[in-house]
Amino acid sequence: MKKNLQRLDLIFKNEHDSEAILKKTFGRTDDDVINDLISSGLKGRGGAGFPTGLKWKLAAETQSDEKFVICNADEGEPGTFKDREILSSVPHKVLSGMAVCAKIIGAKKGYIYLRSEYNFLKPQLLRVIDEFHDLFDSLNLDFRVEIFMGSGAYICGEESALFESMEGKRGEPRNKPPFPTDSGYKNKPTVINNVETLAHTYSILKYGADKFKDLGIQDSRGSKVFSVSGDTPAPGIYELEFGMSLQKFVDDFGDGDSKAVQVGGASGFCVPRKRFNKTVIGYQGKLRGTSLPTGGSMMIFNSSRSMYNVLHNYLDFFVEESCGQCTPCRVGTQQLLLGIQAVKKGEQPSSYLNKLLDLAEAMRVTAKCGLGQSVANSFSSIVENFKEEMIY
Amino acid sequence: MSDKINLKIDNIAVSIKSGATILEAAKKVNIRIPTLCYHEDLCVAGNCRVCVVEQVGSDRLLPACAMPVNEGMEINTNSMKVRNARKQIVELLVSEHRADCTRCYKNGKCELQELSSEYIVGENGFIDLVAHKGYTIDNFSPSIIKDDSKCIRCQRCVRTCDQLQSISALTVAHKGEHMKVSSFFDKPMFEVVCTNCGQCVNRCPTGALTEKTYLDEVWSALNSDTKHTVVQTAPAVRIALGEALGMPPGEIVTGKMVSALRRLGFNSVLDTDFTADLTIIEEGNELLQRLKKVVKEKDDSVKLPLTTSCSPGWVKFIEHAFPELLPNVSTAKSPQQMFGALVKTFYAKKIEVKPENIVSVSIMPCTAKKYEADRPEMRSSGFKDVDYVLTTRELALMIKQAGIDFASLPDDEYDSIMGESSGAAVIFGATGGVMEAALRTAYEVVTGREVPFDGLNILPVRGMENIRAVSIKIENVLPEWDFLEGVELKTCVAHGLSNAKQVMEAVRDGKADYHFIEIMACPGGCLGGGGQPIPTSPAIRKKRSEAIYNEDELKPIRKSHENPEVIHLYEEFLKEPLGEVSHQLLHTHYTERNRY
Amino acid sequence: MAEVKQLVKGLADQHGRTMESLLPILQGIVHQEQHISEDAMVEVARELNISAAQVYGTATFYSFLHTKPLGKYVIRVCKTITCMMHGKNQVIKELESVLKINLGETTHDGKFTLLETNCLGQCHKGPAMLINDEPYTELTPEKVREIIMKYKHQEISAN
Repeated sequence: MKKNLQRLDLIFKNEHDSEAILKKTFGRTDDDVINDLISSGLKGRGGAGFPTGLKWKLAAETQSDEKFVICNADEGEPGTFKDREILSSVPHKVLSGMAVCAKIIGAKKGYIYLRSEYNFLKPQLLRVIDEFHDLFDSLNLDFRVEIFMGSGAYICGEESALFESMEGKRGEPRNKPPFPTDSGYKNKPTVINNVETLAHTYSILKYGADKFKDLGIQDSRGSKVFSVSGDTPAPGIYELEFGMSLQKFVDDFGDGDSKAVQVGGASGFCVPRKRFNKTVIGYQGKLRGTSLPTGGSMMIFNSSRSMYNVLHNYLDFFVEESCGQCTPCRVGTQQLLLGIQAVKKGEQPSSYLNKLLDLAEAMRVTAKCGLGQSVANSFSSIVENFKEEMIY
Repeated sequence: MSDKINLKIDNIAVSIKSGATILEAAKKVNIRIPTLCYHEDLCVAGNCRVCVVEQVGSDRLLPACAMPVNEGMEINTNSMKVRNARKQIVELLVSEHRADCTRCYKNGKCELQELSSEYIVGENGFIDLVAHKGYTIDNFSPSIIKDDSKCIRCQRCVRTCDQLQSISALTVAHKGEHMKVSSFFDKPMFEVVCTNCGQCVNRCPTGALTEKTYLDEVWSALNSDTKHTVVQTAPAVRIALGEALGMPPGEIVTGKMVSALRRLGFNSVLDTDFTADLTIIEEGNELLQRLKKVVKEKDDSVKLPLTTSCSPGWVKFIEHAFPELLPNVSTAKSPQQMFGALVKTFYAKKIEVKPENIVSVSIMPCTAKKYEADRPEMRSSGFKDVDYVLTTRELALMIKQAGIDFASLPDDEYDSIMGESSGAAVIFGATGGVMEAALRTAYEVVTGREVPFDGLNILPVRGMENIRAVSIKIENVLPEWDFLEGVELKTCVAHGLSNAKQVMEAVRDGKADYHFIEIMACPGGCLGGGGQPIPTSPAIRKKRSEAIYNEDELKPIRKSHENPEVIHLYEEFLKEPLGEVSHQLLHTHYTERNRY
Repeated sequence: MAEVKQLVKGLADQHGRTMESLLPILQGIVHQEQHISEDAMVEVARELNISAAQVYGTATFYSFLHTKPLGKYVIRVCKTITCMMHGKNQVIKELESVLKINLGETTHDGKFTLLETNCLGQCHKGPAMLINDEPYTELTPEKVREIIMKYKHQEISAN
């Protein structure tokens, strides 16, 4: 790692005061805690960026005999591995976050939906859960957490698909509304948060909303854990402040020959060298240039890489991992893949790429869930910026 | 606070109840939004995305079928953005569909074809995906053909099989590019728990699920010099056939249908209604016998409740799902099969034609009847009792093929014998009809008086309620039936197999004390059968039902036991209900089948 | 058949007989048998009182729930672009040659199955693979040969 990299140490900080934090937090009013979360500006770290405090507030306000807290650990976005790292090194922070959420919304049951590729984390995680169950008992918190294993389906990271999966069904996303805080797992009000989001609540509860809010810019507050891979001398997990320009990121992590960065994995955007300067990492807002929301996947490609191969790889992934229920995603992904192959082979004219760009746009506005909607992100940004590589 | 939501669709103000969808709101102001996966009988799926509309101020389009209305919404159903998106979706669907339209059985009746024509899907579409997929056609079932290359994955069939029928023989399997509608391990339909009810066929928007057609076989019989063709028509055909020939739902076209069948060249045009009356005599007597054995003789080897057996989809369902309750099913064959057995025995003798020279055809609202006719038990005449079964839709097609202007046909009468029927037989076509017909007869047999309902109309057993339980107190019985004095006869009617399942679970668990249960596999009974004209919807079923009860009222004879041809049949041939000849020709047995 | 029945019954006793138990039961079967056979699915359908086709529909959705027999050790090599960039194809080639099978196949002795899979979440240490639940990272042809040899020896000494 090079130069003046501003690496933060919030999430991975080695601190074990869950008991004190829970005690302190349970002593406050629920409204007070929710307001803290809202004012911290914490947004979902899975990529969609819904304000966490608001999500908890909505679930708390919904009347129901049963509610659930679910930790979404179905980290499947290509190029993302931060949740695995968080769950292996600071699982207690995640569980603390779940416990506070449970207390506030009135849930007695929590689940960690863990992708099957991370099955090896289960034994350790179960031990920590056991410890926390004892802690809950000592704090008179009626709350139990279970691990629910996934079985190999990227789409189950989509919250409503995840509920379907837990209900023994195919992981097919539901129509929205209703949203999870009204009707989630077993059609009961459910808060579902990403692993990293829950871990951040620990820091906010410990150090206060202001400390968190001081980090980042505008509507993108706090730190973010990035998974850096590809053509980089320093692949790995980094906690960085929101609002960093991509140029700065490449300066720190690139190999000196970076031609593009894929921000947000296969479903994210490809930023070419000429836009590094104008691109800022954060949720959309009134930022200078382009801002990119992300689940934290940063894949760096140097000039030796074929962006056609990169796109092909992403499309292979979507063709396989689309749940298949809605037309634009099921058929659209296949058409995009066959389409770029046909153009490459000369079976279709290069103008066919324009038809595919229109298709990608139609998928973005018509697909049922985030998967189909976001295929256009990588497709359009790669095809538009590397058109020659698609054709020749 | 008002629970009405106010919004604008294409600049037209709409006020509609909270919770309604954009699609419903648009319908209210006569704006048609195209749909494919949507079906009035089924839960909303929102997966085809053809119905997307634009909400002013929103980047993404919304599925009109699934999106509830909000106060102040401004919706555009026909903006450029919407038109472009819809066209692309239709093009995508066409690219994964074997668009072999001129060779397709559903040519001209395909919803995807209609949409393609509306959105002018031209030559410059997407790459054909069908070539890459190695699709197979399952045509092993006698009733249903499943052609995966024409499936557009709308899942109407899967929802039908699951929600309406509680069978789930069809499911969605795999994901991504491999996602498909499949049976268990993709086995042929005839090997799995499919009941052949054809409700999926009735709802399939394309040619992916169709009935197996026997038109060629029937045409060739009609054109044979050596064959005598006999046709029977089920009760529910006459009130729906018109729909497939350009008439509005609810028209009674019995006379025109008889004319058309003669014009097609059938030598004998007869009526399944005749054996519907006969079924009432046999099944009614079976019920009374069972009551006698249970109530009077305390014979616990005899099972109650008795359930009807005229719906072959229901029969196959219980064979799979509740084999332990098979002794409860009436041994009486369905009217179609009673008819078939009589045609090649009694009727053959009457018209002096050798049974091997008779081709027996039936016109049914049903796809399961094709399977029923194929059952090995259904050869009591020594031949296949019913050779070919055509659906209402297939008959309509024959009439078109023959160039007959159906609407202008004069009314004609069925041939005699086996052409006469009562109003009680006609109502077999509606849910509750068999029950009503049976009660009209059984009550009178036991008490010597007509059922105590105004105009013989037993209204409580009618209607579209899922499950209807009705009790009738039997009083002042004839001496021979003294053991039934004061007995509350408990009956139940259910239609659609998910309702049937509920009732039978209650029976199995000892939570129901019915004496007699009528079950029809299809929603609404045969009038909503899998072989009926497409579309079938709740409103259309209601129209057909009204037509059936009108036809009943118009009949001079309203009770099965007063059908003179039936009376004559007993005198001349059968001798007595449940007698030896009946046993041989009109009753059957059932087989336990795999549960999964 | 009787064994499968026992296995499924045991899993149903452990996880319950509601729809929410379906995935854990199917995972339990895979854990034991590496795949879910037709017979096993019928037993699951019986225990949960749902249709066999529904079990099939759910099972075939998930790439870790196989419906065809697999080897005792299932090797899943990550095929995401970053692993590819760091030599995934060479790793697969080496595995094919050591195991004497092609991608997607199972060795004749039924010990190893070689598959590709989507992102394993080890991108900073690619190429990566799983052997059953165990992750292996920063693979090279030499390293995978050693790993496979270790498993083979383990098998021999177990016999």
